[in-house]
Amino acid sequence: MGDAVVRALDGVDLVIGKGEFVAVMGPSGSGKSTLLNLLGCLDRPDQGQYLLDGQDVASLHDDELSALRSARLGFIFQSFNLIQSLNVVQNIGLPLVYGDCDPAEAEARSRKLAARVGLTDRCSHRPMELSGGQQQRVAIARSLANNPVIILADEPTGNLDSRTGNEIMALLAELHAEGRTIVMVTHEDDIAAKAQRVVTMRDGRVQHDTGVRS
Amino acid sequence: MTRFLRIARIGSEGLKLHPLRSLLTALGIIIGVGTVIYMLAVIEGRGAEIQERIKARGSNNIILRARKPQDDTKASATRSREVVYGLTYEDARRIHDTFKEVDVLVPVRDVASAVYNGDARSDTVTMATVPWYLDVSRGSLQHGRWFTDLEMSDATPVAVLGATLARSLFLWKDPVGASVRIGSKVYAIIGVLEATVTSDERESLKRDRAAYIPLTTVRERFGERNVKTATGSMDIERVELHEIILQVKDAKDVVSISEGVRTMLARFHTNEDYEIDVPLALLEEAQRESNKAKQLFGSIAAISLLVGGIGIMNIMLASVTERTREIGIRRALGARRSDITLQFLVETLILSVAGGIIGIVCGISAAALHEQFVTDSHTMVTAMSVVLAFGISAFVGVLAGLYPAVRASAMDPIEALRHE
Repeated sequence: MGDAVVRALDGVDLVIGKGEFVAVMGPSGSGKSTLLNLLGCLDRPDQGQYLLDGQDVASLHDDELSALRSARLGFIFQSFNLIQSLNVVQNIGLPLVYGDCDPAEAEARSRKLAARVGLTDRCSHRPMELSGGQQQRVAIARSLANNPVIILADEPTGNLDSRTGNEIMALLAELHAEGRTIVMVTHEDDIAAKAQRVVTMRDGRVQHDTGVRS
Repeated sequence: MTRFLRIARIGSEGLKLHPLRSLLTALGIIIGVGTVIYMLAVIEGRGAEIQERIKARGSNNIILRARKPQDDTKASATRSREVVYGLTYEDARRIHDTFKEVDVLVPVRDVASAVYNGDARSDTVTMATVPWYLDVSRGSLQHGRWFTDLEMSDATPVAVLGATLARSLFLWKDPVGASVRIGSKVYAIIGVLEATVTSDERESLKRDRAAYIPLTTVRERFGERNVKTATGSMDIERVELHEIILQVKDAKDVVSISEGVRTMLARFHTNEDYEIDVPLALLEEAQRESNKAKQLFGSIAAISLLVGGIGIMNIMLASVTERTREIGIRRALGARRSDITLQFLVETLILSVAGGIIGIVCGISAAALHEQFVTDSHTMVTAMSVVLAFGISAFVGVLAGLYPAVRASAMDPIEALRHE
């Protein structure tokens, strides 16, 4: 078992265009999370290429990957991944610490984003004091802090009831409408149905790709 | 605000999350640094006290003293006899002629004879010496004057009294102009000395209780004999000089001259009826002892700082594990490895530096309390010990923080994000 090479992704050939809203589906172990990690520059392929804006990520240094994440990418996680010791505004402003942003400017920006996701009166609350839906909205606001062109969402509605899930999807749709590229992993059909394009994976391969639907 | 400062601020805020834990973590450093400061202050204070005491005897001086040799013929000896020992005028002359580096040579002859003012009597030592004794012994006159070269050469019967002696014989009256009887002869009092302020109590006591007369006078009036009568026996001692104080021009010659003098005296004295006291050698010895003590306590303190450092490292490792997920989040949001390293390093650095500062305050307070509550003690906090303690604590902080910080930054962000 230990010696066996597990190919989490194998022969995936995928092009995602600028401004697309893509849902990646598939059973657990199908490689969809690995794909998202690759797209998010958290991981590098052992073989093959990932071109982000024509740049081969595999050849980049760790610090350059960090810089790329900081400048281009926004992350939304299933379990929100907010830092418990920070309040809402501080959580939203987190990516700005690692971008080049003055703290005063960062706070103003974070407050604006908190307002945008409807959390104006929750600014100084800690994540623990918020509902799941509110936490995910903080996470979405955070993913927007550095104004990224690509947003990667890993089962953003997985921990939410369907009503709050729909609210979150509405927010994502809004971001898509602004021209951002969104790649979302989900295993719920009705959530995937809200995307433009659905890529279904199985055993590390792309099993089905709907292409961009209008 | 630079990226560096922004990230350093995250580190400092991390500490505020667990104030008690931070305090306990820093406690190791606080105690370590406090102990260093306190111990060194006590050692330094004690050393300075000893050095001052030795310096009061003159660090450029070599003091030769007559010593009664061990009596090995006691059983066969008669009850009344004459013992000849001690330093001689010839010794003084030879030393003066041989060692050009010796600036001043002060011979002293002790006369064991009571001093009287009418019926008031004081059993004391009269020191017969030379006009320049006062300078070499660093004494000063309360009033009156010291005897002159002329009085010396004329063997004039004049005396200067030590402060205590003057008080005991004359109470509150001014002794200058009056006279005292020493043995059977009368001396005019020409001056009274200021009480001695050396920290060597025995020496001060002797000087303050003595009467001082010209050396020539004593030769003329007493000869070289000292007669001591005890019940049933009479000891006659024949001593020319009890003490010779040599003042050397340059402190660096002191030790070599003392060795030369030792060799010379050994050649002319059949038995060792003298001793050589070199305050500078004692001073150097005291300094060596003090340094040894410092090294010993320094190593103890270093161990306690090491323990403090391990405490910090332990907590930081736990903290890194506890915050694995936070590290993953930060990495995903654009933090570089070096940002994570810095964040945790700043935490330990603040812990150890703040611990160091608190420790310094504690150490200085402890030294002050020591001086207050332990009688007859001096403590001395030197800038050196503060700098040293602070430097070590900062160094320990960085060292203890480096491994946990590097471990935090080396985490795979994906793994870290999955961490529960």
